[in-house]
Amino acid sequence: MNMTVLKTETTIAVPPPSAAVAAPVLRLKLPKARFTSKLMPRLSYVAARVVPPLVMIALLLTVWQILCSRPGATLPAPSKIWTEAYDLIVDPFFVAGPQDIGLGWRVLVSLQRVMIGYGLAGLIGIMLGTIVGQSVWAMRGLDPIFQILRTISPLAWLPISLAAFRDSQPSAIFVIFITAVWPIIINTAVGIRNIPQDYRNVAAVLRLNHFEFFAKIMIPSAAPYIFTGLRIGIGLSWLAIVAAEMLTGGVGIGFFIWDAWNSSRLSDIVVALVYIGLVGFVLDRIVALLATIVTRGTSAN
Amino acid sequence: MTAYLKIDHLSKTFTRGSQETEVLSDITLTIDQGEYVSIIGHSGCGKSTLLNIVAGLTPATLGCVLLEDREVNDPGPDRAVVFQNHSLLPWLTVYDNVRLAVDKVFAAKSRKERHEWIMHKLELVQMAHAKDKRPNEISGGMKQRVGLARALAMEPKVLLLDEPFGALDALTRAHLQDSVMAIHQKLGNTVLMITHDVDEAVLLSDRIVMMTNGPAARIGEVLDVPLPRPRKRLELATSATYLKCRQRVLEFLYERHRFVEAA
Repeated sequence: MNMTVLKTETTIAVPPPSAAVAAPVLRLKLPKARFTSKLMPRLSYVAARVVPPLVMIALLLTVWQILCSRPGATLPAPSKIWTEAYDLIVDPFFVAGPQDIGLGWRVLVSLQRVMIGYGLAGLIGIMLGTIVGQSVWAMRGLDPIFQILRTISPLAWLPISLAAFRDSQPSAIFVIFITAVWPIIINTAVGIRNIPQDYRNVAAVLRLNHFEFFAKIMIPSAAPYIFTGLRIGIGLSWLAIVAAEMLTGGVGIGFFIWDAWNSSRLSDIVVALVYIGLVGFVLDRIVALLATIVTRGTSAN
Repeated sequence: MTAYLKIDHLSKTFTRGSQETEVLSDITLTIDQGEYVSIIGHSGCGKSTLLNIVAGLTPATLGCVLLEDREVNDPGPDRAVVFQNHSLLPWLTVYDNVRLAVDKVFAAKSRKERHEWIMHKLELVQMAHAKDKRPNEISGGMKQRVGLARALAMEPKVLLLDEPFGALDALTRAHLQDSVMAIHQKLGNTVLMITHDVDEAVLLSDRIVMMTNGPAARIGEVLDVPLPRPRKRLELATSATYLKCRQRVLEFLYERHRFVEAA
């Protein structure tokens, strides 16, 4: 019936001035949007987001420059870092010798270790978390153990894993794994435990088997929780790899810092810190983006 | 003729620690094929528990439920439930929610047949236009329609409705009640509905089962509603039979078995 009302009203050619009732159905001609009128709000939006951090960075660099330019300053000023570590800053992917390579390469080596360790943690963490979340007995048996183990510092695992694997590469990966796995297990378990009884009833009425229930109800329902765990996990992994590499050596970004410290290249260390921060930020954003893509629908409810 | 659905001397006792609470006591009820039966009672009288037992989601303590002379022990698609709060999976579209049921129940059918079946059920509840929407993008009444479509798509022997209109506003509720009546008229489903709305019970049912207050709720009275179908909401408002039925249920609920607030 709505439709007919609409039609009759739109056919009125000239609306009388008192046609306040008809106003919502009138289609007034919109002024043609100009290119600039569309672009300007967007530009100002971007500017409002980008300018404040840039101003703050400039401010911090200035203060740093002033503080470290005094005679007797222990740390290098930004200008000194720029001249001393110019090659590291400008080209992340240069190769000038077996131990003289760009920081991009080192970050990639570290990332590779993180990906293996973190991937394993994700796989095993989700599986264990599902078991703990689903079975009361598994929870009672395993939860206290997990709660104790998760408080152990990542580096404390390193000697044990070196003894077990007798090689630095798998040891570093193990440290990443053991660091990232706890938040994934715990959050997955909480997610599984919080599956609404309604969904379980639906599954029961449909007689879904265990595998179908896992794939079609459990994982999607717990996805927001699982991704919380995964996001905490990736942050912790990136924290742990730097520390682990300082001790195990090799090519990674962590060892680079240790090596630079031993040869008093403070400027290089600062550059490496910036790299680590940026990469950690990007990793976090990637997982967050994955989470929003995968859990659209679920998280809104 | 034996009964289509028979609830036979059913009792349910919940045990928490050493404390036992009898919720349902000696419920016997038979429902014929194609019949629309409502169960009405004050909240906490165990009517939802009864529905859950028929659905197989909760085991009975004593007695049993027989569907076509076979005992019901576990949930299954032959007793599809429309839950009070729709229970659609929020990460699936309307279409995929119904499809989950159809793919499982009619796995033997071809892809095309299943698609047509899904669309047919969505059209039946007038939701085909929203098939690609997610549950959080549609209104409460629409969600309940999809829940109904999902249940109908399982082609159940008995359709179980657990206060399906409880969470809806009055206008949406009336609209949905008309839809359910029309669908019942068309498909001839056997329906068992839980409700606490007297008008709804009289309007929709062939028989109304009135439950006494818990604990240990029993069937207090069973009322036949001899109104001819199809029923029209507006005409019923002045029908003497309708008013008499309504009066009987109200008397039962508010005079003989007044709700005593426990908490």
